[in-house]
Amino acid sequence: MSLKVFDGFKFAKLPTPIHMMDPRAKFIMTIGIFSAALLFSNIYALIVIFLVQLPIVYAARTWKKWAGSMRAGVFLAVLIFVMNFVFGSTFVFSAAMTLRFVSLMSAFSIFFMTTSPDDLGLALEQARVPYTLSFTFTTAVRLVPTMALDAQTVIDAQRSRGLELDRGNLMKRIRNYIPILIPLIVSAIRRSIELAEALESRGFGASPNRQPLIVLRMKTTDYLVVALTFLMIGFAVYVYLRVPLPTPDIAITMPKIFPWL
Amino acid sequence: MIQTEELKYAYPSSADVLRGINLTINDGEFVAIMGENGAGKTTLVKTFNGLLLPTAGTVKVDGVNTRESSVAKLSKDVGLVFQNPDHQLFSETVKEELAFSLRNFGYREDTIERRVATILETLDLTRYAESSPFVLSGGERKRVALAAVLVWNPKHIILDEPTIGQDYQQKDRLRNFIVQLNAQGKTVIIITHDVEFVAECKPRIVLLSRGLVVGDGPAEAILSDDQLLDRSSLTRPQIGALMYQLADLGLPEGVIDVYSAERAILQTVRRRK
Repeated sequence: MSLKVFDGFKFAKLPTPIHMMDPRAKFIMTIGIFSAALLFSNIYALIVIFLVQLPIVYAARTWKKWAGSMRAGVFLAVLIFVMNFVFGSTFVFSAAMTLRFVSLMSAFSIFFMTTSPDDLGLALEQARVPYTLSFTFTTAVRLVPTMALDAQTVIDAQRSRGLELDRGNLMKRIRNYIPILIPLIVSAIRRSIELAEALESRGFGASPNRQPLIVLRMKTTDYLVVALTFLMIGFAVYVYLRVPLPTPDIAITMPKIFPWL
Repeated sequence: MIQTEELKYAYPSSADVLRGINLTINDGEFVAIMGENGAGKTTLVKTFNGLLLPTAGTVKVDGVNTRESSVAKLSKDVGLVFQNPDHQLFSETVKEELAFSLRNFGYREDTIERRVATILETLDLTRYAESSPFVLSGGERKRVALAAVLVWNPKHIILDEPTIGQDYQQKDRLRNFIVQLNAQGKTVIIITHDVEFVAECKPRIVLLSRGLVVGDGPAEAILSDDQLLDRSSLTRPQIGALMYQLADLGLPEGVIDVYSAERAILQTVRRRK
């Protein structure tokens, strides 16, 4: 079981223009890519949406981690392709759906790799999201690497008791994960209760009117990114509605296994 | 026998945690691995059952190179009890929890039942056999985690921080149990910061610091060497510190446990009379 996928969502501070962008601008950019990826099911459009992200990864200097998270997502990507193909979609459509998943994963990976949980919390607060909600969200993001470490320890503990995760047929392999998931969920619940008690003991929520120490301010480049994102969304909608996109002529389909579908 | 030669290990994108460990632990030995936080203690024992494979050097368990075996095969001989029991408990009942590893190792159902009953009895857990492990106290969960490893009767037993969360009486029982296991011929390796516990057990101590073995010898020698202890962020046990303070009265310095201290004090007092 690879836990490298979590590295691709872990923030690391770097002096790059992407890291220094306002989190709200970055969020709008991510949502722009997200919407465009959901809008199209044409493979050429999805290839463009995926390629658009590569300069951002380059500018953020996170190639290695990004590639790691992409590699870790290979299993799900293959699963999406196989499920689409087996249940009657064409080869091209199955590939397009896989590319949509990869693009979505890449967009969120870039966002979380370049945005610190603190900035994210500030952005949410300034967007008038209640503090308890924004705190819950940023704490969840911050705890992802800790959960990944816990997961690795649980896997080690169960392997030391003779559990072989890759043994048996598909159903057995899925069942093999029960001894991993239960301790992980139990320890997450225990940790959340302890964290809640510790926070309350330290006066969390005692003052209803919080005054933030740092106030986020959008810079010219941030406004430019937001404007560019809206332009891109507008262009995508125009192409979607007005421009007939070509589809590659590869007519490979699976014989129908389930004819009623 | 567990043997490491020039063992090095580094986690991905980090410096070497183990920086060339040469260590031999003979069958039936009782060893305490001690050292400061981050010294590499847990990393070292994780190489003993193949969970971590060396980035350089070798680890051999009873002559088998861990690179040429699997965790499942090595674990049959090397039982590792993790520090936090919550990282391994998942079954509906304690009985099922103990049967889990035996099923993994392919034991027959009648053997499983017999072994589970025996280990429940040995660790005083029989009354919890049908209880959920999640409703037990911290100390009891720790005992279940220990039982879950001892149940398949491994030749070498490794306990990571066994005394954390145990009250004094439980610690006493644990010490007696470990000594008993060792007397039965098992190799027992404990990782601990608890100098008082080690002083009472008096095993061989392997002292780690920053990924290297900086001390290896009998408990009395290691726990009386202030330079070594300082390097590994440890202190003398209280009895050891007291005897050191009273050395000018003619009391021996290397005494670290209550019974030896009592003997030494009585001898000195009688001599003076």
